[in-house]
Parts: sequence; structure tokens; C-alpha cells
Amino acid sequence: MSTDAKPAKKQKLSVPFDYSKYLRKDKLPHIWCPGCGHGIILKALLRAVDKVGLEKDDICMVSGIGCSSRTPGYVDFNTLHTLHGRAPSFATGIKLTNPELNVIVTTGDGDALAIGGNHFIHTCRRNIDMTILVYSNAIYGMTGGQFSPTTPIGSFTHTSSYGAMEPPFDTCEMAKAAGATFVARATSYHVQDLEKTLKAAIEHKGTSVVEILDECPVYFGRLNKMRSASQMMEKIEKEGTVSVKQAENLSPEEIGGRLLRGILHHDTETAEYCDQYAALTERAQGK
Amino acid sequence: MTEAAKKLPRIEINAKFCKGCSICVDFCPTNVLEIRGTIVAVKDLEACTRCQLCDLRCPDFAIQVFD
Amino acid sequence: MAGKTVRRLLQGNEACAEGALYAGCNFFGGYPITPSTEIAETLSRELPKRGGKWIQMEDEIASIASIVGASIAGAKALTATSGPGLSLKQEVLGYACLTEIPCVLINVMRGGPSTGYPTGPSQADIMQAKWGTHGDHPVITLTPSTVPEIFTETIRAFNLAEKYRTPVFVFYDEILGHMREAVELPEQGVIEVVDRAKPEGKPEDYNPYDTSYEVAPLAPFGKGRRFHITGLNHNDDGFPTNDSTKIDEGNRRIMAKIDNNVSDIESTEEYLMDDAEVIVFAFGSTARSARFAVNRAREKGIKAGLFRPITMWPFPEKALKKAADKAKSIIVPEMNLGQTILEVERVTGHGTIVGLQRVDGEPIHPTEIIELIEKHS
Repeated sequence: MSTDAKPAKKQKLSVPFDYSKYLRKDKLPHIWCPGCGHGIILKALLRAVDKVGLEKDDICMVSGIGCSSRTPGYVDFNTLHTLHGRAPSFATGIKLTNPELNVIVTTGDGDALAIGGNHFIHTCRRNIDMTILVYSNAIYGMTGGQFSPTTPIGSFTHTSSYGAMEPPFDTCEMAKAAGATFVARATSYHVQDLEKTLKAAIEHKGTSVVEILDECPVYFGRLNKMRSASQMMEKIEKEGTVSVKQAENLSPEEIGGRLLRGILHHDTETAEYCDQYAALTERAQGK
Repeated sequence: MTEAAKKLPRIEINAKFCKGCSICVDFCPTNVLEIRGTIVAVKDLEACTRCQLCDLRCPDFAIQVFD
Repeated sequence: MAGKTVRRLLQGNEACAEGALYAGCNFFGGYPITPSTEIAETLSRELPKRGGKWIQMEDEIASIASIVGASIAGAKALTATSGPGLSLKQEVLGYACLTEIPCVLINVMRGGPSTGYPTGPSQADIMQAKWGTHGDHPVITLTPSTVPEIFTETIRAFNLAEKYRTPVFVFYDEILGHMREAVELPEQGVIEVVDRAKPEGKPEDYNPYDTSYEVAPLAPFGKGRRFHITGLNHNDDGFPTNDSTKIDEGNRRIMAKIDNNVSDIESTEEYLMDDAEVIVFAFGSTARSARFAVNRAREKGIKAGLFRPITMWPFPEKALKKAADKAKSIIVPEMNLGQTILEVERVTGHGTIVGLQRVDGEPIHPTEIIELIEKHS
């Protein structure tokens, strides 16, 4: 197993991050399997929330159904666990009613892109201010390991015993094409980048989509000859991606099949939905 | 107590939360940790550089490094 | 008080929108569908003027999801649809029932099944109101039969939703949606408007499903009480549970809060029923034909009466049973292939119950009802 080449240079971290102030401690340990990347994402998210300086009362976390959608249960915010794929629509109702709330949607590849595909793209199109985190592990975990819209061709799952046949979505390209004004890809391996990306996503006004490649060792890994979480992080997240910065100096051939990592699209010009609605209200009221 | 001993960090492991996934062990740049039984344990504290990567990558809120 | 009452000629769907505004509706999430669209159109003009929120969502499921989200953030929220949309919305309706989120759904009934007959009337969604979403769940459904009543029943729907923390449906057919009648719109304060109970006590002690209440107060998100809502069976604190005692308790409680308050929710009209020997059980626009038929029958010396459920669900069991005991026969005209007649049979156990059913997109004509009244008098 190779190790991270660059341990943080400063060795004077006085105290580690105190997650407990944001957690519903009595709900831990969480339900995620050993090695599941979802916990890594949750922790990075809490650090990002802390860096942005948001108050707990002002955060609303909304999720759909699936492993990733269990995230809100663990955090001491206003939290809503909804229906499969529908989180962005519930979140839209909440945000439009109370634009002061910082809305964060936690969803998975199946939840956001299959059953919730329509809600996902239209939320992006409206550019309503919310941060959508797509925990992308290329599988339905909660139901026991079936292929999802991001499962690579040829991968084995419990519903693709002869290799997945359907081409996967590029989550970020789709979000961008649909109109999201902040689009990024991160991984649970590159944790420090993940935290920074999430911070930027939360701070962005408009629909932010962050696809986070993470690992499901229990189903995806086991069925695809990756025996540990670390092996998956190494192969899929580290070797399978290249940062936007690195990619600048690489030819398409050199990039090959690797996915770009980092902030892929950041548009600060397009008006946000609630702001537009406020302007519409003024017009309606003849102001 | 020697000067070196004073500088040793403290690695706190929550045995109730650790699920033994080994991510912290596998990615520790200085090979400080190991799996002992079903959960993580400190093998070589002196090698710890306080880089915090074990904490950052732990999915289970199970390990933290204090000065 | 009635000094400032405004009298306006309104379409049923417009009266519905007026009722919603009167009741304090400040969020509408919808999706265009015939024959309900005028509700969305009217509110798209009116809500922004009053500082309310209006959004056209990407589909029927999203539109009801948006209003449930809005209600969780404290809004009084409405959606409007017709049969095909109602089918799609069932998933979220079940969610609102279990999580006890107040909201109002208008269903302007058109011919079905499937796309059916979009511009023709129907009353074939009545059983879907009760049994549409999976699992046992509470149902309140109001069935007005005039345009003024659409106005008042829409207000009552919001009041009941707020009071009992549950989705409330208003079902009327295409005829009522598009017909015009004069409606008296009283000034604010004349008709009672109910707002949901506000929680008291320390934020950290707040339980969204506090079982010491019959209906626990619901705090809005983002106002200092942080809590969890899930569509899973849950404890008093809103978090999921596998405890069979709590699952049983929760499932029974959401039903009981309606069942125990039937007298508050129930509403019927009994027209010429005192000495009625032939009862016509009818609702919506069919009740208009039935009233006409009853009047004609009386002119001919037949003791006919109209029993009209204004609250269809919960079904007016006691009132109908009492009325039916004295009757020789019960005629049940409806624009479906026999839905409410099943309830009439179940509740009354009467020996002579005669159905009159139409599913051709045409209203039931009074003459059809008169014939049956005469035959069974």
C-alpha cells in the first residue's frame, strides 16, 4: 500500500477538530459499513461548515433514501430525511419559504441521478441556492449492491453478474449542462481538498453540486476484486482521478479515462432563484 | 522525562466507534498504526508526525491526534 | 362585520384560489394539469402581490414535495392537480401523513383511468383519496358542490390541516372547477382561520411527535428548534425506531387523531330529509342534479330527500346510518362505476340501495335520478 506522499508540513496542530459540537452524539456510531467513505465525507462537511462559520440553527440538511441519505440523522441541524430521489424538491420548498436557511442536500448516485434525476436537473436549472453533495460510490448499498447510474461498464454488482452494460452518467457534466453554477468533483481520499471544495460549494450562492467519489467496500469492492476500502481509495479515487491543475499540463491521452477532480465550473454571474423571486415580488407589488 | 518524550503526541482511539476498516493504518505516512484484533492500535507513537491524516480519513470518528 | 363583503362572479377554480388566500396560504407548488390549472394561474398572479411564494415544479411529485418542504419551514402550503397527478403524488402524501405535515391538495376530478378524458367531469378518485398511498394512513377529504362552497371548504381544508397536522384534500369535479357562480367573499376575520399550534418550552426539550399531545405542536425549521423528520417509523423525537411498541403506537396515533375527532371534521347537508322515504346520497356536481330531482319528486308527492356528504372522508357513518334507518330506499348516483355506494352499503346495511353510474364524461342528469326515485318510492 502506497502512502500519501506529503504529510502536512506544519506539525503543530494543537487540538484536532471538535466534531462533537455538530453531532447528535447519542446517534453514533453511525450505520455505515466498515470502510464506507460516507463518514469521511460527513466529517469533511462538518469542518467545512465550521470554517464557513454557519450557525447550527441556520443550516437545514435534506436527504432522500439510501446510505448517503442517512447523513442528516447524525448532525445537530434542522434535518429532513425524505423520499427516494425527492430531496431537492423538498429542499426547494424549504429554501423558497425561508431563504435565510443554508440548505445542504446529501444524496447518492442512485438517489440523485436515477429516481431523482428529474428533480436534480431542474434544481440545477433554477440555480436555487443550495449545496447538493452526491456521494458517488457507483452502487445501491442500502438495498444490497445493485448497479447504479454511475457504475462503470463491466463492473460487477448483484444485478450485473455478467458486467454492467449501461454507460454511466458524468454527474458533473450533467449538473453543469443543467445550469448548476458551481460544479466540483472531490474524493474521500483527497480529504483536505474535499473540505476546501465543500467550503467553496457552501459559500457559493446558487446551486452547487459536488460529486464525491467514495467507496463501498462491502458491495462494490468485494464484487470487483478490491478487497479493502484503502485499495478502492487508491485505485478509484487516487489513481482514477487527476486534479484540474495537473490536467492543465496533460494531453487528453495522458489524462486517459481519469476523471477530473477540483472545481470544474464556477459561475458567479447568473442570478440565484430566491433573489430572482424577490425581484419578481417587487414587480408584482409595483415597487 | 526527556525532551523527546515530552513532544510525543497522544493518539486517542474510540474503541466503540472503530470498525477496523484499516484506512488509517494503510494511509499513515509514517506507519504509526496497526490493526490489533478487530480495531486500530498504536504501534509506533514516536513515528507520529501529527499530520492528522488518520483522523481526516477515519470514517467513524474513531481516532484523533492530540499534541 | 359583513359590511365589506365583496360579491364576485367566480369560476370554481378561482374560488378555490380565493379560499386558499383567505386561509393564509403563502406557498403554492404546482404542475400544470387540466382541469385544475386555473388554481395555479390565479395564485401565480396573487401570491407574489401578497408576499407569498409560488413555484411551478418539474413534475407532480416535486410539486407536492415542495409544499411539504414549505410547510416544514412554516408555510401554509397548497398544491392542485387532477387524477393523473394525484396518482403521482401518492408517495409524498403518505410521507406527509406519517410525518404529520399540514398541507392542502386540491383534486379537480376528470375522467380516468390513465389520461382518460381530461376535459370531462368524473368522481372516480374518491376511493383513491382513501386508499391511494400505501400503508394505513389518515384521510380527510372535503367534497364541495357549489362554487361558494369551494371557497369555504378550501378555507376549512387549511384549518383542518393546521389543526390536525395532516394533509387535507378537497375533491371536486371538472364541472364545478369551471362553472361560474356568485361568491360572497367576506373580509378577513369573518370566517375563522386556524394556525398550527406553536411549541412552548425550551428548544432542547422539543419533541415534534410528543405523545402527551393528541396533535403535537410543529415547530418551523430554522427558528431555533433543531429536530429531525423522517419517513421511517419514528419515536417522539422524530428519529427512526425499530421498537415494535413505538411503531404500533405511531401508526395507531395518526389514525386516532382523526377518528377521535370525527364530529369536528364531519360535515353533511341533509335536504328535505326529515320525513324522507327515498334518500339520494350524492356529492359534488351530482348533488346539484340530485337536489333538482328531489324537488321534482316532492312536487309529485314523493317523500324524497338529499343526503350530501361535504366531508367525504372520514365517511359520515353515524349521520347516514341514522338517516337510512327510516328510509325505504337509497339512491346513489355518482360519476364512477360504484365507489361511494360501497360505503353506503357498508354503513347502512340497507336492503334497497340502488346505484346510478356514469363514466362517459357527461354529468348525471336530474331526469335519470327522478326515474329511480319514482321506481323505488
